[in-house]
Amino acid sequence: MSILVFTGVVAIVSFVAGLLGSLTGLGGGVVLVPLLTILFHVDIRYAIGASLVSVIATSSGAAASYVKEGFSNIRIAMFLEIATTLGALCGAFLATWIPTNVLAMVFGFMLLYSAFLSRKTRTEAQRNLPPDPLATRLRLNGSFPDLAGKRHYNVQRVPAGFSLMYGAGALSGMLGVGSGAVKVLAMDQAMEIPFKVSTTTSNFMIGVTAAASAGVYLGRGYVDPGLSMPVMLGVLAGSLLGSRILVKAETKVLRQVFSVVILVLGIQMLYKGLWGKI
Amino acid sequence: MAVAPAPVRHAHEFTPQPWRDRRLERILGNLLRAGVLISAAVVLCGGSIYLFRHAHEPADYHVFRGEPSNYRTIPGVIQSVRDGRGRGLIQLGLLFLIATPIFRVALSIVGFAIERDRLYVLFTAIVLFILLYSLLGSGLTS
Repeated sequence: MSILVFTGVVAIVSFVAGLLGSLTGLGGGVVLVPLLTILFHVDIRYAIGASLVSVIATSSGAAASYVKEGFSNIRIAMFLEIATTLGALCGAFLATWIPTNVLAMVFGFMLLYSAFLSRKTRTEAQRNLPPDPLATRLRLNGSFPDLAGKRHYNVQRVPAGFSLMYGAGALSGMLGVGSGAVKVLAMDQAMEIPFKVSTTTSNFMIGVTAAASAGVYLGRGYVDPGLSMPVMLGVLAGSLLGSRILVKAETKVLRQVFSVVILVLGIQMLYKGLWGKI
Repeated sequence: MAVAPAPVRHAHEFTPQPWRDRRLERILGNLLRAGVLISAAVVLCGGSIYLFRHAHEPADYHVFRGEPSNYRTIPGVIQSVRDGRGRGLIQLGLLFLIATPIFRVALSIVGFAIERDRLYVLFTAIVLFILLYSLLGSGLTS
């Protein structure tokens, strides 16, 4: 395949990755890494470098509109980023001690279960829980433009969410993937934050975690310019389109898309764990 | 005087003032957009040069060789941009892209300081510190 054709095809694939990544809050890497390695036979290290670039591009590209339109909650993001960045730092050290294939399998099973769990929408009663004192003190409660108008929400179970975020960071430090999935699940399932706020806040956060890793991987020579160029431009275009769609999309549909993507991610993790390819 | 109706349990009644940092949100949104557009423009420039020169060579990412130092460190990238290399320009754009979220965190500290929100200045400073710590150990600057 000539460089011209390769660049074009990778750009198209990346566009889809950016679209799905911005809609689900997972970043583009979930789609990109398996496609690059299986379809284009790209070495996994180049694929990881490109994937990190794609996560930052998705995050920053879509976050601009998510933040301005009041979907992402910047306080939730900043508070939880302490946990994710610390977790990522510790995960990088732990990676040499923990058998990553076992970890990948556990994570895979967890994702399969979450794929089932995250399909369910919350009832009206579950949406109107009284505020948690800790969440109030940290000023995490907020509002966002729902389809029917402005909707307020109260954040629940802050300590559980914070711990899960630490786990999300550690996972991404050890496995190089998956932090977005745990972020969305922690906010959606544990903290009971509305789904659109969960995914857009995750989208806002993943850029920071990925930036630290991307710097490290660029320094190690994993980020190839010829490969990253179509990835970055394609993903960016996809994420800009995704951020327009999310605003008008029904939460039920977004949950279904999310569920399918993490199901695929779960199967990926199980496969990698079983065949020792991580 | 009529008896007050039973309170309806709506979330907003429990939080009289939900926090909306509209101004900070707008500033951060603009920063992210500017950062991503600048880096995209630089990558596009570099990409055009690269494709113009190498379009018909075979693409080969099957074997990992690791990037040479002029695509791996900041001084190396700057040198290759000076030499007019397309791939150097792409790496420069990617460095801008990586810097964007870090600038976002740094600017948030300023934003929360203007709002006199000490707790969040502290939170954000911790995040920035951890980020810089992991980046400085990466060999990117040497």
